[in-house]
Amino acid sequence: MFKKIMSQASNSSSEPTVKHGVEIVSTPSFSERLQSLIPWRRRTSAVPFSSGSQALLFILPGLIIYVVFVLFPIIGTIRYSFMEWTGFTEPEWIGLDNYRELMDDEDFIKAIQNNFFFSIFYTIIPILIGLFLVSLMSRSRLKGMFIFRAGLFVPQVMSPVVVGIIWRWLFDYSGPINRALSITGLQGVFESVGLLRRVTPWLGDFTYAPYAVGMVGTWVEYGLCMVLFLAGIQSISEELYDAAIVFGANPLQQFWFVTLPGLRQHVLVAFVLTFIAALRVFDLVFVLTRQGGPGRETIVTSILVYKNTFNLHRAGYGAAMAVVLATIIVVISAGVFWLQSRDSENA
Amino acid sequence: MLRYEQRMVLRKQFQAGLTYLILTIFLLVALLPFTGIVLTSFKERRELRDSPFSLPEEWKWDNYEDAWTGARFSTYFKSSVYVVVPVVVIAIILSTMSGFGFGMYKFRGDNILLFIIMLGLMVPFEAVIIPLWQLMGQLGIRDTYWALILPQVALSFSFGTFWMRANFKNIPTEIVDAAVVDGCSMWGVLWRILFPLSRPALVSLVVLLFMWTWNEFFLILVMASGDLRTLPVGLALLRGRYASDVPVMAAGSVMVLLPVLVIYVLFQRQFIRGMISGAVKS
Repeated sequence: MFKKIMSQASNSSSEPTVKHGVEIVSTPSFSERLQSLIPWRRRTSAVPFSSGSQALLFILPGLIIYVVFVLFPIIGTIRYSFMEWTGFTEPEWIGLDNYRELMDDEDFIKAIQNNFFFSIFYTIIPILIGLFLVSLMSRSRLKGMFIFRAGLFVPQVMSPVVVGIIWRWLFDYSGPINRALSITGLQGVFESVGLLRRVTPWLGDFTYAPYAVGMVGTWVEYGLCMVLFLAGIQSISEELYDAAIVFGANPLQQFWFVTLPGLRQHVLVAFVLTFIAALRVFDLVFVLTRQGGPGRETIVTSILVYKNTFNLHRAGYGAAMAVVLATIIVVISAGVFWLQSRDSENA
Repeated sequence: MLRYEQRMVLRKQFQAGLTYLILTIFLLVALLPFTGIVLTSFKERRELRDSPFSLPEEWKWDNYEDAWTGARFSTYFKSSVYVVVPVVVIAIILSTMSGFGFGMYKFRGDNILLFIIMLGLMVPFEAVIIPLWQLMGQLGIRDTYWALILPQVALSFSFGTFWMRANFKNIPTEIVDAAVVDGCSMWGVLWRILFPLSRPALVSLVVLLFMWTWNEFFLILVMASGDLRTLPVGLALLRGRYASDVPVMAAGSVMVLLPVLVIYVLFQRQFIRGMISGAVKS
């Protein structure tokens, strides 16, 4: 897989070197061989594009900061995940014990389950909403589109803490949502059909809290999906639809055979963005349900890492959780990246 | 019976109308909570019984004053600025340089090095926080702004390198060739010729890094205490009488949102394009 990433990257990077012309030394093996046959060419290379040491001079300042503040800490976390450690006493090597414990830890399993449960609301529902609506929409460019694009994107740029505070207020027992339900009489309707038992403190209710938190995720992410798909659908050639109509495709078939394949890349991007957001979610839950309540109904992995490390003084165990979470995220990102590169190779 | 062309025109118009309707509904859903919080931030507590979208009886800045001085948002605001500005400036300089290194040169192991740097795009702060905490103690910069700045510079460097590398690869190399032939050093090529040419990519990068750093929560929550806290953390950890004061919380929320929203409105094109294409590539 990595080989594929590399080869793709190097393919794209060899493009500009073609433009350099003969004077400039570049590393593709063919030209290298060529240069070894014609020694005078090497002498005339005025531009040091292939000088690794000079490239490193440009990269090094940032790289040092990156290595010190990201790479070493990653390695440190992996090391601590094999240790029993309170955070201030002497750490003790315990091998894989932390990971073994994780597999039977009900809190951790619940947290991972919640992450995946929330991903339904963060990922699947926004993508479905986006696809459904975009398929209804006009494919031609309409006036004023930039207003919608900009507006739909606003939840994406808002601080999750503020999003959490806004929705905590909206979901409050005596908050706007419950008052709207009772004023419109919907509360009574829902109660009579058994959807609601009574006036609900949404985020404090064991049954409804996970759905309420999930709904906020949908609210944050659907605009992203719509904007992505709107951009995508306009890049699908109108001729494809004409052809489909000529062959007698109904709107559903047009969607299935033209729109969906045309949006493949965009769906993939929406998937990876929103799915990683669902796996990483921390601040929203931290504020919305005060670190995963009621009970552990809305707890997520990152909250559990935080609690274990800083409240329960089990830094080694928290590190193991963080390693599992990071591994899932890296594997999914790399997997989607691989799918994408395979896709563009076929295209 | 309508002629075929007329039917097509009607269909087009119907579809355009439907499009506007759908978009308007979802736009309202996206913006109404924000509108509600802005209106609430001007209300008194007793007015909370009214509809969240009713206008305040009197437009007063009292809640903003309470938040700014009473709930100490002025301190958090200052802290946010002290963290965000250095992070963005340092990260931009470092990632422009490394993006140039990766985009213009070809050297052994460059893809492996790039992949290692890209790990920073995927790894959450949770996975580095404990060693970071210790490191800050060893460096003697715990409880200073540097402990909040440097890790964010490092993570921004990941994305920035990636972003600027793509930018430099798209610049025609003839420009570089000509400059070098004229006796310009590569350092000069970067800052005097390519840097001004990279304005669009730089603007997007500045805007994205600003938003991410401004909204960063986890790192600040762990690393910062007291006056070092930035706005989002200060807001989330608000205690005492203001914590249950919805209008003051609303005013505080607006303060957290406003700088990002202003920049977003000014640069929304670059913003959306940046987020989407950044994601496509990463």
